[in-house]
Amino acid sequence: MEEKEIIIELKDVYKKFGTRQILSGVSLKVYRGETLAIVGGSGCGKSTVLRHMTGAIRPDSGSVFMKGQNLAELDEDKLDDFRKKFGVLYQSGALFDSLSVKENVCMPLREHTKLDENIISIMVKMKLELVGLRGFEDLMPAQLSGGMKKRVGLARAIVMDPEIIFYDEPTAGLDPIVSGVIDKLILDLSKKLSITSVVVTHDMNSVFRIADRIAMLHEGKIIQVGTKEDFRNTAEPLVKQFVNGEPEGQINFFMSGDDYLNELTK
Amino acid sequence: MKNIIENIGSIVIKTCQHIVNVSALFVDTIYWLFVGPFKKKAAKRQAIFEQMVFVGVKSLIIVFFVALFTGIVIAMQTAPQLSSLGVVIYVAGLVSVSITRELGPVLTGLVIAGRVGAAIAAELGTMKVTEQVEALESMALNPIRFLVVPRFLALVIMLPCLTIFADAVGIFGGYLIGVFNLNINSALYIDTTFRFLTTKDVMTGIVKSFVFGGIIALIGCYYGLNTSGGAEGVGKSTTISIVTSFILIILADCILTAIFFFTNI
Repeated sequence: MEEKEIIIELKDVYKKFGTRQILSGVSLKVYRGETLAIVGGSGCGKSTVLRHMTGAIRPDSGSVFMKGQNLAELDEDKLDDFRKKFGVLYQSGALFDSLSVKENVCMPLREHTKLDENIISIMVKMKLELVGLRGFEDLMPAQLSGGMKKRVGLARAIVMDPEIIFYDEPTAGLDPIVSGVIDKLILDLSKKLSITSVVVTHDMNSVFRIADRIAMLHEGKIIQVGTKEDFRNTAEPLVKQFVNGEPEGQINFFMSGDDYLNELTK
Repeated sequence: MKNIIENIGSIVIKTCQHIVNVSALFVDTIYWLFVGPFKKKAAKRQAIFEQMVFVGVKSLIIVFFVALFTGIVIAMQTAPQLSSLGVVIYVAGLVSVSITRELGPVLTGLVIAGRVGAAIAAELGTMKVTEQVEALESMALNPIRFLVVPRFLALVIMLPCLTIFADAVGIFGGYLIGVFNLNINSALYIDTTFRFLTTKDVMTGIVKSFVFGGIIALIGCYYGLNTSGGAEGVGKSTTISIVTSFILIILADCILTAIFFFTNI
């Protein structure tokens, strides 16, 4: 097997928020051109992993490398150069409320390029067509539904033609058809334009549609990395329980520490 | 007892942290304000003008009423005492000096802290909890350059302007009472006003309002950008930013007045 180029690498990352240890030793590699899905239960630190990759937060210990460069050693300007090469789709779309759809999408172009206003308009139209929302340029984010906001957010994430796209829960809270549309968009983008994608999600249907590789996170650690087949035929009970969505198993749904009977009869 | 000391200690530590953080925000703001343009990363002119309209033009009505009634009230409150001394004409001087040195800048500052400071904290707070601030960062757009600098500039430019406006309106309020109620001759009232009023009085007021503008912008942005915890968090940030701005404005007023007082400016 040929050696694939590593684009992002997390090495033994630890992160604590307040007194809660979120990540305890996460090591993960992302290769060029692949779609990596990071899965895990709610609150297991998936989004935190993503935010380390985008440089939004820095690890307490351990390091994050992007194309071989340690993000912690870069100054703001260098970090910004990296940021121009990737797009992020946030859970809620994170559109700017005070700007119209068009202004939202063209914001990175206006700020980072010296393109003519006509060309910017054309590019915005192209990206909106890609997400199926051409003709919605003049609406405000408040007038859009949740799914539409995410699609506009996606158009904004890809407007600079990034090398890497990060997706934070792209299908959460959407109906199955819109989820399917978003999945197809992610697939199209990664296959046709060979963009590297990192998808954080707990929607296993979507994962099996889009991912080349899957990494499962549990209690701040990566417990398995593998292909879709590895995950379907896994022997690891934690992974099996998650993939099949079984309520009983090693991942405990009940988070309270005290004994139930004790607490009731106290 | 131990608990009380612990609580006091933790409050002191938190306050110190806030002071350090706000100072850092101030330094960053100044950096982007003056160094940004040389790196071709100046704040957007359009954003600055939008904020200036919001801070300045749209506050004119509330500032007008606050200043007018303050002028009227000072004249009414002081007229009986001054007329018993037989110097009712001094109302003109008293109103003009107290408005320009103290009440114009401070009341305008407090009104704008309530109107604009709260709006800044609420807007940036909402942007923070809906990931918009992080989205800006991820697009390599610095939130301080984009959000803080325009608001800071708008406030330090427009608050002195509003203060000059409030000075004029406040003096006019005193004039209304002086001329129509105390029956002072109109020309004499105006003449007395300018005899008492010095450039120094107006300038110290403007210096104060300049500082107040910076305080309102920084505190609003600071609490806005440090919001967490959804809608409730936005509400908390808004409240605490107004309370903090009010306290700091009065504190700064006291310090600045002391400086002017002891250095005979």
